[in-house]
Amino acid sequence: MSTNTSYLIRNAKPLGADTADILINDGVIVALGADAGAHPAAADATIIDAAGQIALPGLVDLHTHLREPGREDAETVETGTRAAAKGGFTAVHAMANSNPVADTAGVVEQVWSLGKRSGWVDVRPVGAVTVGLKGAQMSEIGAMADSRAAVRVFSDDGICVFDPLIMRRALEYVKAFDGVVAQHAQEPRLTEGAQMNEGEVSAVLGLPGWPAVAEESIIARDVLLAEHVGSRLHICHVSTAGSVEIIRWAKSRGVNVTAEVTPHHLLLTDELVKSYDPVFKVNPPLRTETDVMALRAGLADGTIDIIGTDHAPHPSEDKECEWAAAAMGMTGLETALSVVQHTMIETGLISWADFARVTSTTPAAIGRVEDQGRALAVGEPANITLVDADARWVVDPLAMATKGRNSPFKGLELPGKVTHVFFHGHLTVRDGELATPRITETA
Amino acid sequence: MKHLLSTLDLSRADAIRILDIAEEMAAVGTREVKKLPALRGRTVVNLFFEDSTRTRISFEAAAKRLSADVINFSAKGSSVSKGESLKDTAQTLQAIGADAVVIRHGASGAPARLAATDWIDAPVVNAGDGTHEHPTQALLDAFTLRTHWSKIHDHTSLGSDLAGMKVAIVGDILHSRVARSNLWLLRTLGAEVTMVAPPTLLPHGSNVWPCTISYDLDATLAGGIDAVMMLRVQGERMHDSFFPNTREYSRLWGFDDARLAALDAQGQSHTIIMHPGPMNRGLEISSAAADSPRSTVLEQVSNGVAVRMAVLYLLLSGDQQRPAGL
Repeated sequence: MSTNTSYLIRNAKPLGADTADILINDGVIVALGADAGAHPAAADATIIDAAGQIALPGLVDLHTHLREPGREDAETVETGTRAAAKGGFTAVHAMANSNPVADTAGVVEQVWSLGKRSGWVDVRPVGAVTVGLKGAQMSEIGAMADSRAAVRVFSDDGICVFDPLIMRRALEYVKAFDGVVAQHAQEPRLTEGAQMNEGEVSAVLGLPGWPAVAEESIIARDVLLAEHVGSRLHICHVSTAGSVEIIRWAKSRGVNVTAEVTPHHLLLTDELVKSYDPVFKVNPPLRTETDVMALRAGLADGTIDIIGTDHAPHPSEDKECEWAAAAMGMTGLETALSVVQHTMIETGLISWADFARVTSTTPAAIGRVEDQGRALAVGEPANITLVDADARWVVDPLAMATKGRNSPFKGLELPGKVTHVFFHGHLTVRDGELATPRITETA
Repeated sequence: MKHLLSTLDLSRADAIRILDIAEEMAAVGTREVKKLPALRGRTVVNLFFEDSTRTRISFEAAAKRLSADVINFSAKGSSVSKGESLKDTAQTLQAIGADAVVIRHGASGAPARLAATDWIDAPVVNAGDGTHEHPTQALLDAFTLRTHWSKIHDHTSLGSDLAGMKVAIVGDILHSRVARSNLWLLRTLGAEVTMVAPPTLLPHGSNVWPCTISYDLDATLAGGIDAVMMLRVQGERMHDSFFPNTREYSRLWGFDDARLAALDAQGQSHTIIMHPGPMNRGLEISSAAADSPRSTVLEQVSNGVAVRMAVLYLLLSGDQQRPAGL
């Protein structure tokens, strides 16, 4: 551990509310309030001047592609978690579609230990639902749950668990391990060769359409399955107005379903595809203005529970080509906070307290990450992100920590800068720049 | 006009200028020496990622009649088939010194990428991209339509448009770049367009297009149509549940002998039958219809050369004067 383990954050606004000082000692919040500076541990503390800045619980992403093992040219656990820290995160869930697929205890433990070694954020591996993401045979869910990686989230993300019987069995089986199935809702036959949202823009551009019904029909099926078997279901990257309605209906029936939305689906629409620039190619695709507004409303009223970045870095050669040949996906870790501030807070739809709920508390709860997403309170682990909400910056993919240069927000001016990040009391980001990782015992 | 990528963003003034210059170019094609010196010393690259002999030789003839040097680059058997990217191919053409690139590509938007990136500076002509657009086909169709429309109304075609003309586009609209380019251009020129197709072959979202949509070819023809444009039905559609079989398609949406006879019986003597080729005789068009005096199929082919000459001339000469030698 570093020699100085005490920090006194001065004049921050926890969750955007009244100004308070926060004293951190040995990874824990030990004092909070106007008199925190009077605590004995404050004597040797490093002072962080956070006047006017907002203190949030460290962000937790339920949906990150770290690409390692297999596509280290796109991202590694090291570069992806650096990007996460810089974006204000203290935990990420690494999706299972690596190569080899994270469908055994061996692979999830490898990813978990790479995360430990990097030390920028907690890396919680996601386990594949089916062997090789092939949708046919359940992977060793129990072994992954019981491994050192303690997997609780299972997903074939990138591919839909399409077979209704396999989906039913997976929903039932994960109950034994307090797990959740995170579904990538995409009816495969309705989306063969799909390139963009199916609608007025695709009709003009002559690109094969990815219809909203292909997402909505799977969500409708799965909420009914989850109700039938009494399981926890999570819906990844909800992208359509119809999906929001179905989830709202399911929740009103008491179905144990949670849902996520990406920052890019809260801001961007399929109009951008008119440029044929593959930086806007993503799965599920960018939808219409109506969908964007329904997603914002759904996040504001609690129908959608969390923000998930679906951070999907790709090497530039996979994007510098014609649309049909390009890979799907966008980077998101380093822009998530700003895009959500821009679309949800500056529009008055949610408060900073709501922001903490949808980016930290609830994603940690869904992923069963015990020491993340906690309240900013005495005795809690010091996972804290400080944000200068008044700052504005222009997105420059070349200046990012991720290897991916595929940010759809390139050139856009956005509000909100992450200034400092405390990861279990260790300063991983200082004055907006990466500081040092938190090195614990060798994993 | 720096590139010709689509007819959606083509202004009425530019469209009419192309058609007017094409009329002068067409006159060159009737001379004994079918050649102008306009583009001497300029290099036009035909970059064809999809096989299309008809479109390629039309562009080649157009460039050669303007005295340009022509390089034909076919993706098959080239570096592209060895995995070369569009970016590398474009940069190679830039290094070779191409003055214009005519691109045919299976991916919608590939010409737009060439035009938008810094991979290559030369003007880009879209010679058909995926299921997006085929602007020179629409221009040659408009040229053909204008010739007939002005003849019917006994006015000069130069400078005129298609105001009031009724055109039906029939067949696989969903996968047709020809249909899209024609719709935008014909609307810009004032024509009224009806799309006729089985509902499975109309794009989702086409309900907001500036045209009438009909599933009934007979009713559309009975309503009085000045030109019927039949689209090719691709072989692979027959196995993907777009329609039950070719006999039913042909019966409901093909221009068959019965429909030809009905046109005659209705006294619609001026109605022309168009097809961009290559035709599936007996499927979307019967032989009698294709070979009837109403058919403009071959006229369209010769107009194609004139229109492509006009496009290359306008993009490469940079001025809007009459070419020397006319």
